[in-house]
Amino acid sequence: MEKKILFKYIDDPNQVDIDTYISHGGYKALEKVLKSMQPAQVIDEVKKSGLRGRGGAGFPAGMKWSFIPKDSPKPRYLVCNADESEPGTCKDRVLMERDPHGIVEGMAIAAFAIGSHQAYIYIRGEFVYPARMMEQAIASAYGKGMLGKNIFGSGYDLDMAVHTGGGAYICGEETALLNSLEGERGMSRIRPPFPAIEGLYACPTVVNNVETLASVPLIINNGAEWYASMGTEKSKGSKIFSLSGHVKRPGNYELEMGTPLSYLINDLGGGMLDGYQLKAIIPGGSSTPFLLPNQIDTPLDYESIAAAGSMLGSGAVIVIGDKTCMVWVIDRLIHFYKHESCGKCTPCREGTGWLLQLISRIEHGEGKPGDLEKIDSICDNIFGRTICPLGDAAVMPIQSALKLFRDEFQYHIDHKKCLVKSEFEFK
Amino acid sequence: MILTPESVAKIKEKMGKYPHHKSAILPAITIAYWQVGHLNEEIYKEISKIINIPIVEIAEAATFYTMFPKEPVGKYLIQVCHNISCALLGADSLIEYLENKLGIKKGETTSDNLFTLISVECLGSCASAPMMQINDKYYENLTREKVDKILEDMKKQA
Repeated sequence: MEKKILFKYIDDPNQVDIDTYISHGGYKALEKVLKSMQPAQVIDEVKKSGLRGRGGAGFPAGMKWSFIPKDSPKPRYLVCNADESEPGTCKDRVLMERDPHGIVEGMAIAAFAIGSHQAYIYIRGEFVYPARMMEQAIASAYGKGMLGKNIFGSGYDLDMAVHTGGGAYICGEETALLNSLEGERGMSRIRPPFPAIEGLYACPTVVNNVETLASVPLIINNGAEWYASMGTEKSKGSKIFSLSGHVKRPGNYELEMGTPLSYLINDLGGGMLDGYQLKAIIPGGSSTPFLLPNQIDTPLDYESIAAAGSMLGSGAVIVIGDKTCMVWVIDRLIHFYKHESCGKCTPCREGTGWLLQLISRIEHGEGKPGDLEKIDSICDNIFGRTICPLGDAAVMPIQSALKLFRDEFQYHIDHKKCLVKSEFEFK
Repeated sequence: MILTPESVAKIKEKMGKYPHHKSAILPAITIAYWQVGHLNEEIYKEISKIINIPIVEIAEAATFYTMFPKEPVGKYLIQVCHNISCALLGADSLIEYLENKLGIKKGETTSDNLFTLISVECLGSCASAPMMQINDKYYENLTREKVDKILEDMKKQA
């Protein structure tokens, strides 16, 4: 069901003002943490809540925080990942634009929990307006003494700044993000060492997604048990799903974890556009394998979507109608991954280029016998052989499409045209 | 100097946010881009002097990020998202419509230097497709009617 927790005040245009945010109970969680809790207690509370990373990987947030070494003499950093660039995903932007203080407060609590005195939010460069809203929120939080020196008279100091990126998908990957934040090209780093040990400026660092951090004040205010009472056994709480594609009412919807996909698509999204039948669903952003119409009742939680053969990812649900050629879809996606590969690992750098050539020639009616086998082989040689997940992300939708819609690819090669012609005219 | 005193001041303010000046490269590039509309070696040189980082390191970072054009573009840089969510809702025909309307092909600039048309990867506006970014603003849920009005308004302002 729809569960507006993060989105409770999302339709209030004044929520961006610090006074309105405070009147809605804002910064109470930060005050509580600074005045009455130890960092370890905060980490414990978040662990107990079951909150998992909302950027895509779904890693338990509290556990990630607990990896920061207790005895390191180096400064620690908290970084909020607002690079939002997985195709289909547009949820963090809404939070930044309409409830920026929720993110500031969540970042401040996380920073305190890991013993950090400097936090950055890395926002993709095209998000000029969201970045402005975050800048304003941070400035007004400083103005009220909720950032800076001796916050709430607790003796705890925290500085926070916005850092904007240059429109690179790879910078959503946390080690590439850290390189980019250091002024380097946004290329992934080999792990280990993990950022918790050597992250920003080789210091202990936690990188969390916007939605993850925005959930933290709610957990502190209402308790871990409250948060954990929502959702399924292993996927707790609520999550924002970005619904796009051939549906009547696309948009960002916050649902309790475990809500059936059909509720999102049919009840909230209004079902398919007139004249369209459901053909396939991408459930977690463009990197995740396709689901078929008979899987539409799959619950939206990490385990159920995995059991259905895909991934919950960032929660970007892309709905594809029957008048869509899957070769065209895959051509579009591989074009993206080729463009976004940072070039560090050979399998990804060369492999995405070869895949683009092969898929593009099939799409343009120049496919040759044996092309599909070549694609299979290249995918196998990329998957699991790169230092960051971009290589896997590039091949997962291709492997899935070749498994589920292989006849469309074969038809394209044999007949030099689409089995199903894509048609949607912008009017 | 290409960079205005305002841009230089903004870059210096950003430098204060980091323990290492190198982190100010991307913010500096971004500030320069929003002022000038593109980047070039002269700009890298100026940034290099302001933040005291070798020019090669400025260029190294700048050339990685495709958001910043490295050649002059029109006064209005139209960037149409062609990625999957927008493509499903007609991004290709939106691009065609703009090409016909502006009398240029994708990648070109109108002869009056007013509009440059390119297509780009996902801009994070998937639930309001099809969409485009013109300079620093998003235009979403586009229709032909909306596009006509946006272009007319820009021509009037120019």
